[in-house]
Parts: sequence; structure tokens; C-alpha cells
Amino acid sequence: MNETLQAPLIDVRALGKTFGSVIALQDISMRVSRGEVMALLGDNGAGKSTLIKCLSGVYTPDRGQIFIDGHPVNFANPREAMAHGIATVYQDLAMIPLMSVARNFFLGAEPTTGWGPFRRFDQQEADRVARAELARMGIDIRATTQAVGTLSGGERQSLAIARAVHFGARLLILDEPTSALGVKEVAIVLRYIESARDRGVGVIFITHNVRHAYPISNAFTILNRGRCYGTFQKEDVTRDEVTEMMAGNSPPARVTQALE
Amino acid sequence: MPPSHDERLHTTSPVYRLLARPELGAVGGVIIVWLFFAIVAGSQGFLTLRGMATYLEVSAELGILAIAVALLMIGGEFDLSVGSIIGASGMLLTILSVEYAWSLWAALLAVVLFAVSAGLFNGYLVIKTRLPSFIVTLATLFVFRGLTIGVTRLLTGRTQLGGLREAAGYDIVKLIFAGEIPVAGVDFPVSIVWWLLLAAAATWILLRTPFGNWIFGTGGDAQAARSVGVPTGRVKITLFVGTALAAAFVGIMQAVSFSGADVLRGELREFYAIIVVVIGGTLLTGGYGSAIGAVFGALIFGMVRQGIVFTGVDADWFQVFLGGMLLLAVLVNHYVRQRALRL
Repeated sequence: MNETLQAPLIDVRALGKTFGSVIALQDISMRVSRGEVMALLGDNGAGKSTLIKCLSGVYTPDRGQIFIDGHPVNFANPREAMAHGIATVYQDLAMIPLMSVARNFFLGAEPTTGWGPFRRFDQQEADRVARAELARMGIDIRATTQAVGTLSGGERQSLAIARAVHFGARLLILDEPTSALGVKEVAIVLRYIESARDRGVGVIFITHNVRHAYPISNAFTILNRGRCYGTFQKEDVTRDEVTEMMAGNSPPARVTQALE
Repeated sequence: MPPSHDERLHTTSPVYRLLARPELGAVGGVIIVWLFFAIVAGSQGFLTLRGMATYLEVSAELGILAIAVALLMIGGEFDLSVGSIIGASGMLLTILSVEYAWSLWAALLAVVLFAVSAGLFNGYLVIKTRLPSFIVTLATLFVFRGLTIGVTRLLTGRTQLGGLREAAGYDIVKLIFAGEIPVAGVDFPVSIVWWLLLAAAATWILLRTPFGNWIFGTGGDAQAARSVGVPTGRVKITLFVGTALAAAFVGIMQAVSFSGADVLRGELREFYAIIVVVIGGTLLTGGYGSAIGAVFGALIFGMVRQGIVFTGVDADWFQVFLGGMLLLAVLVNHYVRQRALRL
């Protein structure tokens, strides 16, 4: 990879966010490149949610700067972040249970056919694309007309990821995508994250479960009480060391040296 | 192109797919109610073409309102103010044409403007306050009714007004809103045609346009819909304007056909409309339902209301029947929806 030749997909420098007297984030720096999965780890209250809300345009950071492809950006709202290719898939999935898979997939961006008063929702195209995109992610759906409510949690999460990738996400922010799932389901979702990564999408994988994040991540950024412990490449840390740091212990000396 | 065969699709027989349709319960209801009155009141004229015209007239008048209410309910909101908008529209039309000698066309335009403003008012109030539309429109139901009574008495000293047939343009307007179409010697009101046209248009919007997809999304989970870029506020406000316009249409039809208006016109219509929509399979919580279901619901309403008259039983019993139907419909729909989610 010629990562040194091009700017990272997203580069966060010294980000800070304060709510009243509460310092939610302080001096957060991290970067994610194309085709890389970065696990954002931290216990409850570490500031993970605040950080992703800053990245996806929900909150405006008070300090620091975000760079996309080396250019400084400021998002006024989520729509602007989306326009820069940042797609956030929240825990609650943004899926409508009683609507069909194809209709959910294209909600807000419906394909149309015909013209004038006869311009209409292109059901066939929606079915075809939804099926093809899901297949491309390795998801085999029974029928695109079935209600999303009939899908399992893992399938729904995968559908949300497939949708984000289809609509041009370059950086995928996944908020606890595996937290509410069973063992088998977790494996399915992790596979889709890998397949998105292999298509050149950068992924920020937020979780407090190191076991889920470790196998598929290239790097780990650890948050603790609003501060950043730094980003560690996978070859520099073991799973247990990552867990230790999440719990608030200082990075092992070996790891600190490797950073320098 | 669907795949030729998927071994996991074996359970989706046509019967099951039919069971997942929202209007299934109402279609069954229509058949049962029709059979019931065909047996009980068949000899008293229920089965004649004239009998059909009487119940279809009742169905059409409520049905026009119910279709708009169905779209709004699928979008996740209620509009209880439609009952008083019916009364206000008819009265506004009559006062302007009779007391102020406006041409009927100008008065019609004023009524349309009034309805659009009332819908916008309801919609913005619901969106801006984030209060449940049930409460907001319950309030506007009384506000609009009170204003209609108060203003009418202030201007005319009365609560009923006639003489609309003397207004300029009445003949053509009557043809459009309260005309009759002879079929085999029986006059069918033109409102039936409007009802079916509106049902077709609403079904097209719901199932074949992006806006329809937005309606389902907005009612299903407004926050999720907003996060993918659906302008949920605009969708809801548009639907509120739709219900107000449908109510105004009914108010105009009544005023034109009776050649006058009464401040109390349209009372209880807001509840009848919701009942009919729920009988038609639309979910009270939004996100699921159909305009066709509302059509069948209105058909049941009309058949029961007029069928009871044919049987010679005291029409007082109608409300008992209606309440019972509503309860039954909710139970059936609950079952149908569970089915829909399982398939």
C-alpha cells in the first residue's frame, strides 16, 4: 500500500468537545485510510458516541480539525458529512420493520422510471439492485419483498451496511454493530465489514468488545474518559493488551516504545 | 429478474401472501356484511340497484374523507379536525355565495384556500410542538367548530343557511359535486366516481411513487426515515393538507346537494373516518395500511348504515354494530400483521 503517497481518508487532529463544564472529548487524534478497519474501543462513557457524532456532523467539535483526503472540513449537519462520503450506521439501524427490503434499501433515494405525472417508483429496478448489492456483500436474501422485520438482527445490520456502501460511502462508521447479536450473527456481520473493507471502504468500528474487533481490525484507537490513548497497529499489540488499556491501564512499555 | 428457484421460498403460497395484505380483513367483512343483509333484508330492497345506490352514496361520502385520513394515518398521524372542517367549508361556501353574492366559483376557491390553510395550520402545529396529533387536532376540532358557529351567528344571526341554488354558477357546480349518473333507470350520485378516482390516485401515490415510500417510512419510524434523508415534516404537513382538502370536498358536496349549510355538518365524521380506516387494515401506529382498505371499510360502513334501514330494525342499533365491527377489525388486523411480519 502506498499510504505515504496519499493523505488518509480521514485525519482527526486534536479534537475536543465540551458540554457545559463536562469535557466529553479532549485532544483526540486518529486517522483511517482506505481499505482499513479501525476499531474505536472504550468502555461506556469513554466518549465513543460523542466522537462519532462529531465525525458524522451531528455535533460540531469545539476544538481541533477534521481532514478528509487532506482537506479540512467542517460539517454543519449529517447531510454534509454524507456528501463527503461519511455514512454512519447506528445501532438502531435506520430500518423500517414493516417495509420491504427493497423499499427500505432505497428509502429517501428511490429510483424512478417514466416522466411527468407518470414518473413512478421503479420497483423492478429497486428489487434488482437491492438483490445484486446484497449478493455482492455476500448476503443472500430470500425475497426483496419480505418485510425487514422478518430479518434477523445480523441480516438487518448487514443490509444497513450494504445500503451505505451502495450509496457511495467511503468511510463507514459502525456504532456497536455487533452488540445486540448472537454468536453466529456476529460472525456474519464481521464478514460484511471485511467485504466492505476489501472494496476499499474505510471503516470505523465502534465497540466495547475487543473479541469482536480484534480479528478484523488493522488498528485500534482506545478512548478512556474522553481522552485518547493513541492508535495502535495490530502488529504492535496483543488482544489482552488492548483489553487492559480499555480498562484504563497505561499502555505497556513495549507498546509505547513502538509508537515512537 | 427473479431467480428461477430458491428452496427457502416454498412457504409463500398465494394464500399466505394474500393473508399479508392489509385490506384482507375488510374484504372478508364486506362479503360477510353483504351476505348478512342479502339474507335478512334481501326482500326489502337491499339487493336492488336502488338499494345499492343508497349505500354507495353513504360509502362514497365517508370514503372520500377516509382515503385521505388513511394516507395520514399510514404517515403516523391523526386528524380529528376533519369533522369541523366539513362544517366550516360548507358554511363558508354558503355565506360567501348567499350573503355576499360571490359567484360560486370564487366561493369554491375561497373554500379551497381555507382548507389548505387549515391543513397547514394543523401540520405545522403538530411538527413544531412535537405534541401528539391526536391532541392537537382534537383541539382544532373544537376551535374550527366553535369559529364556524360563532362567526356564522355573528354574520347572519342563524346557524343554518339555505338558498345556495340561487348563486351564480350553481348548475355546473351541482353537476360536478352533486350530479347524478343514471344506470339502468337508477340515479347513482357522482360522488361514487370521485371516491373511486381518489382511491386509485391514492393507491398510485402509496405504491408507485417515491412520496408513497416516504409516507410508509415516515409512519414506520420517523427518525430512521429522517436519517436517510426523507423530509418527514414536509410529508406529514402535505398529508394534513390532504385530509383538510378531502373534508372541504365533502363539505362542498353536502352544501351543494342540500343547497345550503348547517354549522353542525360533519359531526362525528372524524371518528367514523378513523373507524373505517382501521377496519380497512391500517395500523393505528402508522407505517402500514392501504387506501383500498379504506374503500372497503367505507363500503362496510355504508352497507351497515343503510342495510339496517332496509331491515326495518331501529337505526339506533347502528352504533352498536359499528363499535363491534371496530373491535373485531382491530383483532383481525393484529393477526394479519403478525402474519405479514412472519412471512
